[in-house]
Amino acid sequence: MKKLLASTAVVLALALPVLAQDYTPDANAKPGGTITITYKDDVATLDPAIGYDWQNWSMIKSLFDGLMDYVPGTTTLRPGLAESYEISPDGLVYTFKLRAGVKFHNGREMTAEDVKYSLDRVTNPETQSPGAGFFGSIAGFENAGPGGLSGVEVVDPLTVKITLSRPDATFLHVMALNFASVVPKEAVDEAGADFGKKPVGTGAYKLAEWTLGQRLVFEKNADYWRPGVPFLDSIVFEVGQEPVVALLRLQNGEVDVPGDGIPPAKFTEVMSDPAQAERVVIGGQLHTGYITLNVGIAPFDKVEVRKAINMAINKDRIVQIINGRAVPATQPLPPSMPGYTEGYAGYAYDPEGAKALLAEAGLADGFETELYVMNTDPNPRIAQAIQQDLAAIGITATIQNLASANVIEAGGAGTAPMIWSGGMGWIADFPDPSNFYGPILGCAGAAPGGWNWSKFCDEGLDAKAVAADSMFDPTKSAERLAAWSDVYMGVMEQAPWVPVFNEERYTMKSERMGGEDALYVDPVSIPVNYDYVWVKQ
Amino acid sequence: MAAYLLRRLIQSALILLGVSFITFFLLYVLPADPVRQIAGRSATAETVENIREQLGLDKPFIVQYARYLGALVQGDMGRSYLQKTEVAELIQSRLPATLLLMAGAIFCELVLGLTMGIVAALWRGKALDQTLMVTSFVTVSAPQFVVSLLLLYIFAVKLGWFPIGGYGTFAHLVLPAVTLGILGSGWYSRMMRSSMVDVLRADYIRTARAKGLTRARIVLRHALPNAILPVIAMIGIDIGVFMGGIVVVESVFGWPGIGQLAWQAIQRVDIPIIMGVTLVSAFAIVLGNLLADLVAPLIDPRIRLR
Amino acid sequence: MTDLSAVETPPLGALARLTQRKTALVGLVIIALVVSGAVFAPWVAPFDPNDQMFDGLTLEGAPMPPDGKFWMGTDLLGRDLFSRLLYGAQTSLIIGVVANGLALLIGTLVGITAGFFRGWIGGILMRFTDLMMAFPALLLAICLAAIFEPSLWIVALVIALVNWVQTARVIYTETSSLATRDFIAAERTLGASTSRILFRHILPHLLPTIIVWGTLGISTTVLLEATLSFLGIGVQPPTASWGNIIFENQTYFQSAPWLVFIPGAAIILLALAFNLVGDALRDVLDPTQRGRD
Repeated sequence: MKKLLASTAVVLALALPVLAQDYTPDANAKPGGTITITYKDDVATLDPAIGYDWQNWSMIKSLFDGLMDYVPGTTTLRPGLAESYEISPDGLVYTFKLRAGVKFHNGREMTAEDVKYSLDRVTNPETQSPGAGFFGSIAGFENAGPGGLSGVEVVDPLTVKITLSRPDATFLHVMALNFASVVPKEAVDEAGADFGKKPVGTGAYKLAEWTLGQRLVFEKNADYWRPGVPFLDSIVFEVGQEPVVALLRLQNGEVDVPGDGIPPAKFTEVMSDPAQAERVVIGGQLHTGYITLNVGIAPFDKVEVRKAINMAINKDRIVQIINGRAVPATQPLPPSMPGYTEGYAGYAYDPEGAKALLAEAGLADGFETELYVMNTDPNPRIAQAIQQDLAAIGITATIQNLASANVIEAGGAGTAPMIWSGGMGWIADFPDPSNFYGPILGCAGAAPGGWNWSKFCDEGLDAKAVAADSMFDPTKSAERLAAWSDVYMGVMEQAPWVPVFNEERYTMKSERMGGEDALYVDPVSIPVNYDYVWVKQ
Repeated sequence: MAAYLLRRLIQSALILLGVSFITFFLLYVLPADPVRQIAGRSATAETVENIREQLGLDKPFIVQYARYLGALVQGDMGRSYLQKTEVAELIQSRLPATLLLMAGAIFCELVLGLTMGIVAALWRGKALDQTLMVTSFVTVSAPQFVVSLLLLYIFAVKLGWFPIGGYGTFAHLVLPAVTLGILGSGWYSRMMRSSMVDVLRADYIRTARAKGLTRARIVLRHALPNAILPVIAMIGIDIGVFMGGIVVVESVFGWPGIGQLAWQAIQRVDIPIIMGVTLVSAFAIVLGNLLADLVAPLIDPRIRLR
Repeated sequence: MTDLSAVETPPLGALARLTQRKTALVGLVIIALVVSGAVFAPWVAPFDPNDQMFDGLTLEGAPMPPDGKFWMGTDLLGRDLFSRLLYGAQTSLIIGVVANGLALLIGTLVGITAGFFRGWIGGILMRFTDLMMAFPALLLAICLAAIFEPSLWIVALVIALVNWVQTARVIYTETSSLATRDFIAAERTLGASTSRILFRHILPHLLPTIIVWGTLGISTTVLLEATLSFLGIGVQPPTASWGNIIFENQTYFQSAPWLVFIPGAAIILLALAFNLVGDALRDVLDPTQRGRD
């Protein structure tokens, strides 16, 4: 992170092309070959303005490009379709210089007009993009509509100027989101609402075949603008496959990467067989599993109660239940996230201390409450472990085991006293500390229907968060991260959450797969960075 | 007959209308907001309201329902909220797989169930009968997931006789169809047995025996046609079961059926898909029951259609 | 074909009756065991069914196989399976016997009424049955889950409301056929009352079907309860039921087979026991039909 910001500093000062440290693909990599990836759930859409789930996130990354991108296997920004960029001294104007000669899959050259069209499109309410909110700092966002965004201007065919309404230190990350992918207008117009099934982008692969509900085939884009990649000739995605069966097929040599990872039921079997265990790839995720404590519902309005619950949860046991595939969490941010507060121990497991705190709050006899949880394994199990921990300090929690849509509704409406976030939890959209605050801990998300299920709203912390995000100047990055660290420490002080664990990603690959492990647990291109992996035969 | 058929068809249309109304109403009162799912986590209140307006979800219930019906009459089932794909296209892509698996599964159920039922009836009270009875209870009680995966493991992974899931060829169909056949055979075998035992003690069977006809001839030519009546009703019921609940078998065998589509849509409150799948399966169920009622008098001429 | 002569030769019939009583006894004993296990669970169970014991899991978080301490092993949270089975019997008996019995009763009544009287009442009843069958029960369950507090009684009610349909359909078809048979017509011309025909002639002929549906229904409703509870309308964790023990653990059937096969065997045994008793009961209720299954 620091390295990146240092390099952008150079840009600021000299306005030279960005020379951020780039990625050197595996020297042994050979082009060619086809791999097979499986998923349980169907692929919903490949429209970059719409797609927002586990399956299509990395697929869209391979079909499309945005102005910014990440160094494969890391959370470090690098330029994408932009060759360089300049930030004005007040941090409000970003001028992107585009790469020349980049071609869409339909053969046409990409220009600044396409960039403007794409940003106009994603923010137009008619597109119904779940990612529109990320572009809130662009000037004219409030009036976005068929007329487009007033803050995005085409200067010349290879230059685009974006004006913000407020400084936004995360803006370059936003430009690297799938939602900011550049799409050709004529292809969108032609496909209409079916663009998600007939995607046309500038990415390393293009869609060759899609049999609904069965399989998709991606084909190498021979004209890809990054030299030397991708390596694979094609990728086959098979959907509707039970993870256990996907693993059996992997063991049988029919599948190269099980998109849903190693199913819990097979985990011990795989890990105890050295031949299989060596093909398991482990990586951190920008993920935190937490319990929300609704500050609007008594007795969670008392900070002692919230702290007591933080002390009552035996996180080590919960990690054991999920076969050790996580690390206990101390704070909202995961350890691999910039801004994580090193050395902060959080609330230690201390049932006796918790009881004492409850007594202090006048609840020595405990109380009754409800814990909402999404009904897919292992979440009900984790909820039951939490329930037992609460019972130990006298709190009787009834479990409400529901489909995700019902839990999300109860959380948004503020009717759920406690929610275990698992299955619906927060995997960061982009690697920046601000991404864990706004919608889930800030005042904006606490409104009815919002994703801040604690309904926690501290205007002082909100102001600090806004101040931190205004520190766009890369030379102040350390200061900014420190400010964010303070915000999260402020959150922990008031304990609206119990951060329980940070999940680790365990995935597996077939023997013939090449490329470094980081590509298989890419923190951004989840679950696989398709552009850089290769096959050995 | 024609009048009966006409009346039944009109009734069927009314049933479908009723199903559509109740389902639409349930989705309307369901406390889960589809707009929230569409708008995403970072959406502002204005965005949410804007989307709600675009989808017409801000309108009163009856207006929403009337609009849906109006479009449906013109053959438009709408677009999925989350996938943005035409619901008709989504269903069309999966319906053949569902119908194929249903046909295969019912065939297996009939072969297994009727054979076991007839054999049990003929050897009534013997060890064979008792073994088959226990078998039927085991198959009915067995969890779908376990049976599917066991068969897949043995016959596809270990023996390699069939592909490990997928869709396309006859070989792909065998395992899921046999799995469903085994799981459902218990109902058929128990029904067949009790019906067969009843028929075997009827006067005309005794007459046939007295006439010295062979046992096989008696069973197949005289007893079976009379005993099979309840089984016909079972097939009608089975259609309902298959249209609604074979998600587990579909996902173990990677079979692109309608069940997985419906299950995902229900989890995510994708109303147009839920409505579409419900109506299509309701249509199949109503049709299946109508056929069962039409076939019954052909098998048992004493039943009259009224 | 010796079976056929059973009706005519009294000694064989008596023998058959005897064995049937013996099997009925076996059935009754099993049912009594399950019921007393459920009722006396707090005294019989070796452990608290919801206690997630530290030594109930390996360090890697895997469940313990059956051993001296945990007779039937532990589940994925380190709870004693035997204790959970005992407590789970309470839920599963209510679902498998009460809810399923209620569904059977409704289905039989609707089916007989529609099949025997036919006419517009029958038409309406059967079209209503079609409507219920075509209706997405899972969706109804999700709606109820969101509206009501989850409870065992709601899930029992949903099962009763959803499951009568198939029974009604089958009973209807059989009754329509029976109603037109010669012996019924003969009874009518002899001036037998409707209730006499229904109870003396129609119902006994339907008993085998009712028994088949009632006993197989035990298995399916106990499993259905788990699905419905999963959607949030039934018993919520940590309350055990035989269905949810299987449901929660079925993906682990290779690494921890006891978690699936033991509760599965319990369900099969219970359904079989009711089948044995049902068969014998039918003979007792209707001596004229002795020898018929």
